[in-house]
Amino acid sequence: MNCRGVIEELSNYLNGELDAVGMAELRRHLERCKNCRLVVDTTRQTIMFYSGDEPLPLPDDFRERLHDALLRRLGRQST
Amino acid sequence: MRFASTVCANLLPWGIRCQTAFAQESMGSTNPKPLPSTIVRDDEGALVTAAKAGDLAAFDELVNRYERRIFRLTTHITQNREDAEDATQDAFLKAFQHLGTFQGGSRFYTWLVRIAVNEALMRLRRRRPNVVSLDEPAETDGEIIPRQIEDWAPTPEQRYARSEMNSILSGSIADLDPIFRTVFLLRDVEGLSTEETADALGVSTPAVKSRLLRARLKLREKLSPYFERSAKP
Repeated sequence: MNCRGVIEELSNYLNGELDAVGMAELRRHLERCKNCRLVVDTTRQTIMFYSGDEPLPLPDDFRERLHDALLRRLGRQST
Repeated sequence: MRFASTVCANLLPWGIRCQTAFAQESMGSTNPKPLPSTIVRDDEGALVTAAKAGDLAAFDELVNRYERRIFRLTTHITQNREDAEDATQDAFLKAFQHLGTFQGGSRFYTWLVRIAVNEALMRLRRRRPNVVSLDEPAETDGEIIPRQIEDWAPTPEQRYARSEMNSILSGSIADLDPIFRTVFLLRDVEGLSTEETADALGVSTPAVKSRLLRARLKLREKLSPYFERSAKP
């Protein structure tokens, strides 16, 4: 595998979706290519910065407005 | 692991509860693992069934579980808070209205995300009429070999105040073309699988993979000037 091959398989590698043969080839390349190691590592960091599990808070009255709208819609559906 | 905990502790506004599968390894020394799916709880099917039967309390529980995730998603797609609020509300209203058509072949959340993405993109197109449709072919023929190959500082997030860091991250993702931004949001922020992302967007799995790769590389390039060892905050 060459540098272009590493980039093409980068997402599959980071997702754990690369097969065993591809994984071994990619790792062999990483062992001898500093630039590709840097790209892999900083791309992984990029994903880490954005991945998370703390969603944005909604405005205080959002739920109330949604409920009112749902009830209005439910009322229309049941009549 | 040290890196992961440092990142997590310093990026609370962005909601980093780190996917340590990415964090535990360095330079590809161990197997990367797919993101765990922790969104769905066991009782979701029962809630959906009850909501389909008109149980508003059951639907309210579904809203409670997903509203903040959906709001985050619509905020990042629309880049406009008012539009995001409207898109979130209309997504839930339409989900409730069309719940009878939900077959259960996919997760409720994936189905809801598809509705929310459509609502958000519709509002984005109103403000930016030249935004392309997600089901159009993306421009993916360009060069994807990275230009920025300098190493990043060991803890780049510590070089910036939290508000600066948030600004860098949100500004960088806002700069992405919506066709790439949306795929990245679903896959890497919301934690959907590649197949679920394809399902939610109504595009093929190869299209998701291609756009995700480019989105990740583009974001990396945008962040590099801030995080490289030689960068000055």
